[in-house]
Amino acid sequence: MDPTTTGTASRPGVEVAASDRPRLARHVRLTFCQTRQRHILQQPETVVVLKGSSADILELCDGRHTVAEIVAELGARYQTVPDDEVRQFLTRLVARRYVELADG
Amino acid sequence: MDSPFGLLAELTYRCPLACAYCSNPLNMADYQDELATDEWRRVLVEARDLGVLQCHLSGGEPLLRRDLVEIVADAHDLGLYTNLVTSALGLSRPRAEQLRAAGLDHVQISIQADEPAVSDRIAGTPSFERKIEAMGVVKELGWPLTMNVVLHRHNIDRVADLLALAEEIGADRLELANTQYYGWAWRNRDALLPSRTQLEAAEVVVRAARDRLRDRMDVIYVIPDYYSRYPKPCMGGWASRQLTVTPNGDVLPCPAAQSLPLPRASVREDALERIWAESPVMTAFRGTHWMPDPCRSCDRRELDFGGCRCQAFLLTGDAARTDPVCHLSPDHDLVARAVEAANADSRADDLPLIPRPHRVRRPASVE
Repeated sequence: MDPTTTGTASRPGVEVAASDRPRLARHVRLTFCQTRQRHILQQPETVVVLKGSSADILELCDGRHTVAEIVAELGARYQTVPDDEVRQFLTRLVARRYVELADG
Repeated sequence: MDSPFGLLAELTYRCPLACAYCSNPLNMADYQDELATDEWRRVLVEARDLGVLQCHLSGGEPLLRRDLVEIVADAHDLGLYTNLVTSALGLSRPRAEQLRAAGLDHVQISIQADEPAVSDRIAGTPSFERKIEAMGVVKELGWPLTMNVVLHRHNIDRVADLLALAEEIGADRLELANTQYYGWAWRNRDALLPSRTQLEAAEVVVRAARDRLRDRMDVIYVIPDYYSRYPKPCMGGWASRQLTVTPNGDVLPCPAAQSLPLPRASVREDALERIWAESPVMTAFRGTHWMPDPCRSCDRRELDFGGCRCQAFLLTGDAARTDPVCHLSPDHDLVARAVEAANADSRADDLPLIPRPHRVRRPASVE
């Protein structure tokens, strides 16, 4: 009896800048699931199973690191992390209200 | 077979409200022997081990359980994301503070309309003011708040006012979900089903509000599936992502599935992991092998999983048939007729709503 949702409006136009300091929204939790051996992002009604470096990015979304610093940190961990890929990932999460931005 | 993500823990079916759209089972007397605190603790541990990440504490009214704070603390200590689904009756400030301290993550409060007289009439009891107060407490304590409104023919014209109320209260999410016709709501279906004109008007309002509120509030809008071309992907597939445990410990793929003629499975008799993997109530419609045509050969079979088994059963008497909501279903006429009746010019607009009788307290020994 799961509902037919017409979905939450995404929010075009919110572009993540290098100086932004992203943080997880208040209602969002980042956890590690032992059963799946994966990091998980949780909202009241949704679960996202994270892949690749996305958990590393989100762990750095603490409201202190700037996007530029996150990109640099990931670059140090994994040789190739294109700046625009991190920005696009965060832009998608901001649009879905998983991540909020504090100005730089 | 996947691991489930969510557990719907239906702690009790007792409820102070008497909503005509209630989707809980008709045979409430069968659920009076409620699981005790330590039984719920075991269920939560087994659910976590099975891969459950989210725990929706629901009912009935979960606040009627005196051990709710303990259950929340147990779920929280297991690392589950905890969500209280409540009418807010009984959510006093001290109780809310205890729940906050126990680690409750999110609160969803239902309201029946945007103003007291209509809301109280639909709820069958004076409740509007207390709900508004409780929403204020939830916000003050720093919880994210979802306001939930079940929409139907008698309140869908008030969607703009409902949005304004949610905005004024500062809800983080607003769920505007049309009634689903199970349990008690099935009895009231013809009185609850809105007309196409009503739905179209509501959709325009919702679309504009989403645009305007996009930085502040998520607005979830659920149409009645009777008006869809294809069925809903019910529960993301039968026994695929979610499971329900009823107040007496029965395990189901979804809360409406108790109506289906399938053998019972209970946490009192078996481990949750085994029930999830092997019990007929879970395996009956898992995957696509059970599907008849037109689903079997349909390109959408992995998208909507044939729709809702409970709806197929309610409408046709056979849970394995294609959900009659689908325009390709050989039984689609059953839905089309209900929609036609809801839109008939001759339609009297005062079909009576039958409120669900109150059942707040456990009855004495004699039923």
